[in-house]
Formats: sequence, C-alpha cells, structure tokens
Amino acid sequence: MRPLKTLQKLYDEESQVVITEKGSPPRALFYGEGFLQEDLPVGTRVIFPRPPMAGVPNVKAAIRWAINHPEGMEPLHALLKPGMRLTCVIDDISVPLPPMVTPDVRQSILEVVLELAADSGVDDIHLVIANALHRRMTEGEMRRMVGQKIFDEFYPDRYYNHDAEDPDGIVALERTSHGEEVSVNRRVAESDLIVYVNVNFVPMNGGHKSMGTGVSNYASLRHHHNPKTIRESDSYMEPKASALYRSNERIGRNIDKHLKVFHIETSLNNRMFGGPVDFLAKKEEDYTEGDRLKFQAMRYALSKMPRAAARKVLSAVPAPYEVTGVYAGATEPAHQKTLETSWKQYVVPVEGQSDIVIFPIPFISPYSVNSILNPLLVQVMGLGYFYNLNRGVPLVKKGGVLILLHPAYDEFDPEHHPSYIEFFNRLLPETRDSMKLEHKYEKEFAENPSYVHLYRKGNAYHGVHPFYMWYWGENGRQHVGKVIVAGAENNHVPALMGWDRTDTLTEAIEEARGFMGRSATISLLRIAPTVMVDVK
Amino acid sequence: MPPQKAAFFDVDGTLVKTNVVHVYAYYAMNRGSVLGIAGRTLSTAVSVPLFGVMDALDRKTFNEFFYRYYAGLSEDRLVTIAEDMFEDVLQPALFEQSQDLIDQARRSGCKVVLVTGALDFTMRPLARHLGADDLIANKMQFVGGKATGKVIPPIIEGANKANAIRAYCVKENLALDKCHGYSDSASDYAMLAVVGRPTAVNPDLRLRSIARAYNWPILDLK
Repeated sequence: MRPLKTLQKLYDEESQVVITEKGSPPRALFYGEGFLQEDLPVGTRVIFPRPPMAGVPNVKAAIRWAINHPEGMEPLHALLKPGMRLTCVIDDISVPLPPMVTPDVRQSILEVVLELAADSGVDDIHLVIANALHRRMTEGEMRRMVGQKIFDEFYPDRYYNHDAEDPDGIVALERTSHGEEVSVNRRVAESDLIVYVNVNFVPMNGGHKSMGTGVSNYASLRHHHNPKTIRESDSYMEPKASALYRSNERIGRNIDKHLKVFHIETSLNNRMFGGPVDFLAKKEEDYTEGDRLKFQAMRYALSKMPRAAARKVLSAVPAPYEVTGVYAGATEPAHQKTLETSWKQYVVPVEGQSDIVIFPIPFISPYSVNSILNPLLVQVMGLGYFYNLNRGVPLVKKGGVLILLHPAYDEFDPEHHPSYIEFFNRLLPETRDSMKLEHKYEKEFAENPSYVHLYRKGNAYHGVHPFYMWYWGENGRQHVGKVIVAGAENNHVPALMGWDRTDTLTEAIEEARGFMGRSATISLLRIAPTVMVDVK
Repeated sequence: MPPQKAAFFDVDGTLVKTNVVHVYAYYAMNRGSVLGIAGRTLSTAVSVPLFGVMDALDRKTFNEFFYRYYAGLSEDRLVTIAEDMFEDVLQPALFEQSQDLIDQARRSGCKVVLVTGALDFTMRPLARHLGADDLIANKMQFVGGKATGKVIPPIIEGANKANAIRAYCVKENLALDKCHGYSDSASDYAMLAVVGRPTAVNPDLRLRSIARAYNWPILDLK
C-alpha cells in the first residue's frame, strides 16, 4: 500500500484527469471479453469517469412528481380520457449498457402510468418497443424489461416490437421543410395519446430521436442515417454540433405537430459495476489490495475461458444504475433537463486535444446485447461512439492516431447480425468509402427479402444496419490519420478495416509515436463506465 | 421499369412442408374406382420405404422412378385433381410465413419464380395462390391424353435447376448475380450457388453447414 503522501503527489483527488508519472500504477483496461494491465508512458493523460451521482431516493415518487409537473404540457392525468387510445412507446434493449438490475426503470414508469391510465378509464393500451431497425427483443428480454405482471397482461397482443417493414403498419406524415420523409408506426400514429418511456443512457438518446427514429422506417431514417449527415456532425452527444440531431429535430417537430406525445425521460448515474466488480469504476490509485487480487483473479479466469463463456460471465452481471432524474412533458423542454443531468454525470473538462488517444473497447455495445461484438461493432465503438464522446471537439487531434484495444476477432452472430456478415466479407474488400457503399449497395441490403424476413420474424438487425454502423464511424475516420488496433489476434480484420495492428499496446504507442513524432501527447479515455470530454 | 432480378423458390420443404410423395399419394387416393384406389394406395404404401431410401441417395433417380407411377392417368383428370389436391394437401402444408417472404421479394423488385422437381400441373394452383410470376417445373409426357409416366427431359432437379435458372435469366434479361435463390436441401446446392443472393430455408444438416461456410443467410420459416 502506498503512503498517502505518495498518492497525493500522483493525482488531485478531485480531478478525473491524472497525468501518469514514474510511480503510477498500471491501468486495468477493457480488452473485449478480457482485460489488460498496462503501464503507460510517463506524461500520458488518463481521463477517468466521474463517480456516480446520487440517485433519487424513491424512483416511483420521482416519476409521479414528474408526470404531475411536466414541462410544457398538462399533467398526464389531465390528458387521460376514458375510452381513449393510448400507446406507450418504450426504448429498446440497446440502453442502458449492460442491462440494468431489475426492476428496470422502464418497468417503474409503466407501473405508474398504467395504474393511472386504469384509474382514468383508459383500456385501449398498447406497449410498443421503439426498436426502429434494431433487432426484435426476445420474449425473455421483453419480460425482464417490464416485469412479469405487465408482461402477462399485455404480451403478445398488446406488447410487441415495432415492425418497420410491415407494409400496413406504417403511416407517412407530412415531409419536413428539408423534404425528409416522416414515417411512424400506424398504431402510434392512430393513438390519441402517446407516452414515450425513455432511458437516457448517453446524451444522444431521447428528445426528438425517440419518436423520430424509434418507431420509424428505412424510408425516413435514410434522411439522416447517411454519410453526409454524419460528416456534418462534430459530435453525436452535443445537439448544437450534430446535423444528425438537427434532422431528428425537424422530423420530431413534425411528429409533435400531428401527434400528442408525452415524454417521460430518465437519466441514470454512472454506477455501471456493482458487487464483486465495483472496483472497475475506481482509479487504479485507489485500488485496495483486495481489489488488485480480484482484478488479477478475474483477468486470469477470463483469459482462460472460451470467449463465449467469458461473454456469458460478463453479461450475467447487470449494472446497478440508479435514476438521477425524471423529466416529463413536451419533447424539447423535458429533454433539455435530461441533457443537463446527463452532462453533469459524464462530462470531464480537459485541456486541449492529444496526438494519440487510446480507447479500450469493452465486450458490449448497444447492438451486441446478448450477442457478439463483431468487427463492425468494434469499429463503431471506437470511431463512432467513443470518438464522439465529446461536446463538439474530439479528444484526438486532426490527423492524430487512435489506438483501440481489442482482439478484433472475426466472429459474427448469424442470428442477430446476418447482413453484417455479407457487408464485411463482400463489400469491405471492394471499398471502405461510405459514399460509394451507400450509393451502390445500401438499397440492395435494405430490401433484400431474406434480411427483411430475418428482421421481421427472427431477431436480426435490419439488412441496412451494417451500413449505419459504417457511417457511424465516418467522422472519426475522416478526422484521424491512423487507427491501430492493439492486441488484434489476426491480420485480416484490421486490414479490411484499413487499420494497422500490433500485438501489444506498447508496440502500438511506439508505432503511433513514429507517426506523430516522439513528443506526441497521449491520452487514455479510461472507459467504462461512461465518460465524455469537454475539450477546452 | 420491368424487374431486372428474380427470386427463385424451391417448393418442397422450402415453401410447403410436403414433398412429391404426398402429392402422388393424393392422386393414388383419388384414382376414381374402388379397385384403382386400393391398387395404387397399396402399391404406394409398399413403395414408401423404397422412396425414402432413393430420395436420400439421389433425387434425380427418385423423381424418375417416382413419376412412373403416374402412367396411365388421364391429363384432364390430373389437372382437375390438382385443384383439389392443392386445397387438401398443399395449402394446409404451406408455411405461414411463405407468403410474407414472397411478398417481400416482390416489393424488393423481384420477379417471383417457383422452381420445383414436382410436375407442373400439380404446382400451378400453388403458383397462382402465391402470386408467382412463373413456374419452372417438370413436364409429364402425355400420349393420347394419357400420362406415359415419363418426364420430358431435362428433369428439373439438382444441377438442372441451376441450368434452368440460368436459361430463364437469359430469356427474361435478368441479372443472375442480383437474383435470389431459396431452398431447403443440399441437393439444390447448384441452384443456390448459381444466383448472386442464395438463402437456405429450413435447411437440412448438409445445407446448414454449407450455408454457414459460405455465409449465406439462413431462414427458419414457420
């Protein structure tokens, strides 16, 4: 155990930014389904997540208060009328990550809302999962999300996944001023009132995106899920800097003009790890001897397991997230409050960009819950989400180097990601140019009857989804000069992605320094839990 | 603009749960006279184990052998019974999701073509019901209005299915590499390999393994 004096020299306890010194401990870093323990060069800036904010003491009381004191709308009880048609639209399994301990906050919201609706004489109620072009949730996942009681009452006739390919299930509303098509699930469009049940895991969730994307279809989504919009978005997490957000805003305002939508948004804290793995959220300087032992034991055990087993073990630990805020009412004012709480939890101010930035890539992404983080998803985590965890200025300098820590294995889940397999093996060898991919192949994949069938009847992501994953990394790809995947277990995955590979992080840093110069500055985003940077 | 691509669907086991044996059994049961019914039903029943073995070994030999059992049946009767047979045998055996898949293929701009080793007159009602644009099937030889039990070559099966599809694409000016193929059986490997977008549907073990190896999508129609 280091004496307090030494520890104080190493970092300021209040700060989430630690500059690596000679005596700094090695860092515990996610590496797919395993962990690495790495010493970083002296001077490396390590950016840690903020500690979890305090959760509200009584979640249901907070929900009741929010729906009785909404932003820009009448209270929910005043909107409920006997005999009306009510639809609750619910965020899908892509948030939060990992799935939270039960009861899920969506269950708590629905318990309050459905009780109020019953008291108000509302019987015609449907629960629709806003999965957009994501995979349908399985029966077990749907049960877990809302609890047994609601599940038994509503599943399967009145609790179901949105189907963006149902030829009779979509209604087109008026186009936006920019000509964007606005399509909405028919049941939702024909409801007298819509209650949107949101979980705001990161600032890009919620707001107009909830309805504008969640219950829409390919014809509408293609207006903002495209390389051009992504290139014009400096950060997905900062509305002011996001063309993606602006397009969703136009679409969402159109929806609000035609439909009555009462949003219930919730923000979560950063308590991603609980029980035996809670030490993962700490700075390594704060590890106890017990934490170090646990980390070594976990790292060793995971490294010896087959990958599928390690994935099962890690997925079996739900996150003990706590609700930090509940905001209800009209789309924009409610979402503004959510954003403020979200930024308060996640944003760490940092001074300046770095030449080299290291992203450890964990085992999970919004699109691989109960599945495999395939190479396209590794790409979207690095160049898409993590790169965009900023407020308009990325952590890495223009032309800088990103180092991703992941084995980059060539594994795909044919049940969840069938079209990804074809995209990876057939299209990427031909081109990595997003514009060309969009122009030449997007429609073909989107309309492929096999992929449409697997999306509608199975549990597959829509045929077009791998394109969105590739576009998601577009502004990251345009910005950085080089990507190195450290610890890649093969050559062909990095080669297809257009990345370099090294066996170790040390070699990756050496190569990056060779590219950027010996005096290159280095930052490590010590994720997870979630952390966003506000680069000054 | 006319379609530039097609979706080719095998029928037995892919869109319906039956195979040609069920179809023939229906004809045997509807021979017309008590003696005829008894005779054909008995001979069919006796031959069932043989059919099973032959089907497993070689679909071509199976079909050739099997169609001999139609010899002597009149063309009019075969066509008339085909309508009843569709209602009694094929329609109940259709996978519920078959129609969805075919509709989706049409929405995506494909011509819908059924490709089957069954006889054309038995499949026409099904093709009409599913809204198929075309049918590639075996044709029975008739002499003097009676079936000879021989099929006009080439017999549509295995590699010949691929040839028939290739010829169809040339005739209809379709881009083979943009076409979709759907089948349940490894015996249709050639048919799946010849199109640009193959899909295994409810595949047998061999086809499932091939589909995994070649990264073809796998559908489980219900």
